[in-house]
Amino acid sequence: MIRTSRFNIVSVVFGLVFLYIPILLLVIYSFNDSKLVTVWGGFSTRWYGALLTDQPLLDAAWVTLQVAFISACVATVLGTLAAVTLVRFGRFKGRTLFSGMIYAPLVMPDVISGLSLLLLFVAMGFARGFWTVVLAHITLSMCFVAVVVQSRLVTFDRSLEEAAEDLGCPPLKTFWLITLPIILPAIIAGWMLAFTLSLDDLVLASFATGPGATTLPMKIYSQVRLGVTPEINAVSSILVGLVAAGVLAASIVTKRREVERQRAEHLAAAAP
Amino acid sequence: MEGGEGKRSWLRWLVVIVPYAWSLLFFLIPFLIVFKISFSASAIAQPPYTPVFGLAKGIAGIADSIRQFSFDNYVWLTQDSLYFRSYVSSIVIAVVSTFLVLLVGFPMAYGMARAPRSWQPTLVMLVILPFWTSFLIRVYAWIGILKKEGLLNQFLLWTGLIQEPLTILNTNWAVYIGIVYSYLPFMVLPLYAALERLDQTLLEAASDLGCPPTRAFWQITWPLALPGVIAGCFLVFIPVTGEFVIPDLLGGSDTLMIGKTLWSEFFNNRDWPLSSAVAVILLLILVVPIVIFQNQQQRAAEKNQ
Repeated sequence: MIRTSRFNIVSVVFGLVFLYIPILLLVIYSFNDSKLVTVWGGFSTRWYGALLTDQPLLDAAWVTLQVAFISACVATVLGTLAAVTLVRFGRFKGRTLFSGMIYAPLVMPDVISGLSLLLLFVAMGFARGFWTVVLAHITLSMCFVAVVVQSRLVTFDRSLEEAAEDLGCPPLKTFWLITLPIILPAIIAGWMLAFTLSLDDLVLASFATGPGATTLPMKIYSQVRLGVTPEINAVSSILVGLVAAGVLAASIVTKRREVERQRAEHLAAAAP
Repeated sequence: MEGGEGKRSWLRWLVVIVPYAWSLLFFLIPFLIVFKISFSASAIAQPPYTPVFGLAKGIAGIADSIRQFSFDNYVWLTQDSLYFRSYVSSIVIAVVSTFLVLLVGFPMAYGMARAPRSWQPTLVMLVILPFWTSFLIRVYAWIGILKKEGLLNQFLLWTGLIQEPLTILNTNWAVYIGIVYSYLPFMVLPLYAALERLDQTLLEAASDLGCPPTRAFWQITWPLALPGVIAGCFLVFIPVTGEFVIPDLLGGSDTLMIGKTLWSEFFNNRDWPLSSAVAVILLLILVVPIVIFQNQQQRAAEKNQ
């Protein structure tokens, strides 16, 4: 048994409190009756009610959800293909460039990617709006999907695939029947990451957007610049709640699958 | 490729080509366009710059237009000290805040790695969860805490630690707090991954041989944690250098960061060629850390294979 020192406990607790206090305060104050954000005026859900009548905000939320859904789906396909390329194709010509184009966007400052994408859209004569935001988000989040799926692919037991191929299963079918189900948790995690990245993005969307496509972060940003309002607290709390619920549900599901898989492997190993 | 079935190799290459082409078109080529436009003159038009070259005229056209390249934007960057100060101040803020994130993140990751095994997945989950919630909202939450009549000042006045409310919002202090807060998971997770693999018996052996804990830390724990430290530092340093949202919302008018300068040059002054030049220089500053980061990621991925 490892002795857990007091210092270790304090630093973990301090770190977690630091991470959660601001979000917790935000949620608590979204139920504040007072219009002054930092003065407690009693419990109320009036700001949530006010949201329902704020048509521009609801429109922005709907646009954001559509952008996030479409871009997450496409990014998941592209990112999975990119991960397969990185892990399974060995050293082909141009691999260094490819891995550079996958890793660099992870750390690239948003302002640079946003500006460069906008200039591309202008140069290509794309009409800026909904679809350019979708393209920008796909480009960013496919890299995150690729990294998540890649980490799963490298720990993958290739003998399962080899066994299927030895038994005459064609490669595409092997991929569908063996590879895909095993890397599925990573693909789902990648999709969720892509979805939340898109839900969250302000900078890329601001550069890539055009008339008629205002996303929720852009709306929140323009209101925040005018000051903190209880209504924004309410919107934020809803978003935080949705994401937290989604992540927790997904982690419970993947955990259960993992436990089942381990039990199956255990049984298989124990069999004579 | 064994088998030599035409269909199979065709499929194989499709897997590579689709994401490859996408990244080339939407990641690499845009940089070339930024580079190109940074050499053109700004104009009051739609789009607001004079074209440097079109491919329509072929090689001769390109050669002709290279002669028309204008370095005005770059000259301008050296003449107005605002840009130089923005770059320097961005790098200083990024270095200091990377160090601060490491200072907060290391004990946390260490504590997590030493926690009972059964707790560790939950602790990792707790660190990841805020990372999934909106960046903008997390930064926004600090405004309500840090402002003059905000919750932190209310709390400090109530405890009697201070008599006058502190001015934190719209200063560099707020920027540092915002960065440490937002980027903490980026540091903690790679550090935890490195520390969690650390063989506990090494430390036990050192202590059995009479090595004091501080020395054991610097001679055993730190070198073994170093890959995680490096990965974490790059994951924080590179994006923070170009950060826009945090200095814009939490910083003051005297908070200079290049991401903010680029944004106002683009959206407020509508000078696209100049903002392209700002982006090109920022990219040149970051290219070395990005290449190191990429090589490290690639090595780490190959080591696992």
